Amino acid sequence: MENNNAPLLEMRNIKKDFFGNQVLTDINLTLRSGEVLGLVGENGAGKSTLMKILFGMDVIRETGGYEGEVLIDGQVVKFSDPFDALAAGIGMVHQEFSLIPGFTAAENILLNREPTKKSIVSEVFGPRLNTLDYKEIAERSAKAIDKMGVKISGDMVINDMPVGHKQFTEIARELSKENLKLLILDEPTAVLTEKEAEALLQSIRNMAAHGISVIFITHRLQEILSVCDKVVIMRDGYVVKESPAKELDVPEITRWMVGRDVASAAAAEARELPDARAIMSIRKLWVDMPGEVVRDVDLDIKEGEILGIGGLAGQGKLGIPNGIMGLYEAGGTVEFDGKPIPLNSPRECLSASLAFVSEDRRGVGLLLDESLEWNVAFSAMQIQDKFLKKYLGGLFSWRDERAIRAVTNKYIDELQIKCTGSKQKAKELSGGNQQKVCLAKAFALEPRFLFVSEPTRGIDVGAKALVLEALKRFNREYGVTVVVISSELEELRQTCDRIAIVSGGKIAGILPASESSEAFGALMVSQVI
Amino acid sequence: MDRTDMEKTLENRDLMARFSFAARFGLPRTIIAGFVLLLFIMAPFVGADLTMQIGNVINRFSWNAVLVLAMVPMIHSGCSLNFGIPLGILAGLLGGTLSIQLGCTGVSSFFVAILLATPFALLAGGGYGWLLNKIKGGEMMIATYVGLSAIAFMCMMWLLLPYTEPTMVWGLSGEGLRTTISLSGFYDKALANFLAIPIDPENGLYFPTGTILFFALLALGVWAFFRSKTGTAMTAVGSNPLFAKAAGINVDRMRLLSVIMSTWLGAVGILVYQQGFGFMQLYMAPNNMTLPTVSAILIGGAAVNKASIPNVIIGTILYQSIVTLTPTVVTAMIHMDISEVVRMIISNGMILYALTRKMEGSR
Repeated sequence: MENNNAPLLEMRNIKKDFFGNQVLTDINLTLRSGEVLGLVGENGAGKSTLMKILFGMDVIRETGGYEGEVLIDGQVVKFSDPFDALAAGIGMVHQEFSLIPGFTAAENILLNREPTKKSIVSEVFGPRLNTLDYKEIAERSAKAIDKMGVKISGDMVINDMPVGHKQFTEIARELSKENLKLLILDEPTAVLTEKEAEALLQSIRNMAAHGISVIFITHRLQEILSVCDKVVIMRDGYVVKESPAKELDVPEITRWMVGRDVASAAAAEARELPDARAIMSIRKLWVDMPGEVVRDVDLDIKEGEILGIGGLAGQGKLGIPNGIMGLYEAGGTVEFDGKPIPLNSPRECLSASLAFVSEDRRGVGLLLDESLEWNVAFSAMQIQDKFLKKYLGGLFSWRDERAIRAVTNKYIDELQIKCTGSKQKAKELSGGNQQKVCLAKAFALEPRFLFVSEPTRGIDVGAKALVLEALKRFNREYGVTVVVISSELEELRQTCDRIAIVSGGKIAGILPASESSEAFGALMVSQVI
Repeated sequence: MDRTDMEKTLENRDLMARFSFAARFGLPRTIIAGFVLLLFIMAPFVGADLTMQIGNVINRFSWNAVLVLAMVPMIHSGCSLNFGIPLGILAGLLGGTLSIQLGCTGVSSFFVAILLATPFALLAGGGYGWLLNKIKGGEMMIATYVGLSAIAFMCMMWLLLPYTEPTMVWGLSGEGLRTTISLSGFYDKALANFLAIPIDPENGLYFPTGTILFFALLALGVWAFFRSKTGTAMTAVGSNPLFAKAAGINVDRMRLLSVIMSTWLGAVGILVYQQGFGFMQLYMAPNNMTLPTVSAILIGGAAVNKASIPNVIIGTILYQSIVTLTPTVVTAMIHMDISEVVRMIISNGMILYALTRKMEGSR
């Protein structure tokens, strides 16, 4: 039955969990044709998951599917893979380019859908040997480019294009599909210059004028306001606000994005340490960490404090600890306790009594195939010669298995690590417990200064509280200076004394943890590039 | 207390219990052990002398065990299977030939050979390790070619080097080394005769106590090394190089050290092999040692990045049992010599199996 009043897209009560971890709860969304919908939210709010459901990505089905209904033109649909979604007229432009570098724009736009001509050979051997109709390719790609209202030559090879043109080529590929009704743009402006972004926004307006609906995801809130008809704000897997763009402004969106309960007493414990000296001074730090480039960071960290470093993904907050600890190439000067720390040398940092809990638990943080004992004791053994027992008057020394077991058991108790024993392999633990093992590894070094990167990423609420509590205790009881880097502002506000916000590879500002969420939100987007 | 953790732990346990035997002992190792057992059981029925067979297995084990041990350091450091073992073997051959050339005889010639092989092994291992550090991730392929090209190079060298000792050079021309050199009078049975226990003296079958002790000594050394701080670091490098780097370990240096150790053990290994076998084989012979050695440690239950001393011992025994038993038993049964075929299938199949699934090692 045809229902002309049905919206183009409707999502009803969408729910999704990853292995018991609820990431989307009761999402309702409607979108009419020709409408532009802005989707905003902090990292991990569930935007991408929602789009993956809409686009029928494999990962959704592999993790147990979703609950709720997706309706296109009033009909319930269930996409089992992206091809179904494409057939239904949904196009998606991802953050990363998927273009063939050596091909021209026109070839890329019509890749695998090329118009063909018959020839004698193909008459005999079948349509697979048809020749490409380059004239038609040029015409159709030009038409798709026109829809965006920009000027790009279809003959240009992708290699020779500026980033903006590549992005337009990607979009043109979606637009060249005749039946396209809905286009999802996932942070399309993240890599563009301001001027290119403006052109892209203009092209979004053009598309809408052609009757194509657009879902536009971005961290640049100004863009949302200038181009969208409707804004949907997500937080922690809920839609917290849905309203016409006209009725919102940037501070309000920010507040909805980050503030749970803006007046919450979460930061009650934040201390001010006016007399504390700077134990670490960072000057002109740059770090070449892919995706988290640090451009120019000046930062003083006070002795004994818990400093939070927050900011949006990709702005460089993770680059800071990784650069200082020597895991990625870095430059600039870092002074610790009055002495310069040589960069690009993990060993020197660790010897200087610094420690680091990496955000990449499984990649960097753990020896997955080894026992908890090894994981906990290894760094301390290598750096400080702990847990070694000398034999034959120091001629050679072996691992002191008993001491290693003792220290591991101590941390298993202290951090409530759930395991079958100290000999269990690290890979058999759950994410939260693995994170605790990473902390135990750092604690075993008994450092004076600790970097903790994304301590609660991917772990559940219970473990989260425990991990944060352990960090606080470590700071309070042993006077260890702790720097917590996290994407979750609320968590930083609960734990830290001061919070520095990184934006565009620089420190955008440092505020006391008791400051309002809006203030942090404004800093986060202040220098986004 | 969160439920999911508990459930996962329980699930893991459940999984382990279900596959307990095969998981603990390793599926391929189980199959091959079963095959060997079958061969032993059938041996008396086809008229083979079981004592003799077992004696042979023990002897062959004693020849090969050190070569298999040479796989361990490189596997530990994540340099993967040592397909470049010919490099160590060539260093051993240089040591052996030089020792004879310098006029050493008897048992002393064996230890002089090890001494002389050492600098070559360190040098070759150093260069080989440096190369492997340049091509992380593609070690096995490069190692194979390093082995092949080193063999080709030494094929020329064996002809060109100015050896003069009459027992080693070609009889007619008086220059260039022979393909096979008899070691009697030099280090033939240099280790094996030490405290040898007769099993079947009429057929010249003795228990090679000395060789086994020598292997035990080296194995103990390797085991002890991996309990030390440096050894622990080396294992961590193999287990997760990023973890090791973040803990301040110089990953490249650990890998280099492991390659040097493996190469030196390879050099000693071939000398031990020769003293048992009684002959020194030059030219293309080192190439024939690679696949049996690699597959022996894999049969023993090692994975591409985990290996232990028990893996070496079990693997060598199983592999050598197949090599000695199949000709007698299977040939007697079907009157056709398929031993070479069986050996090929097991060597190559084992390696292929290990490479297709980078599985976890079994203890």
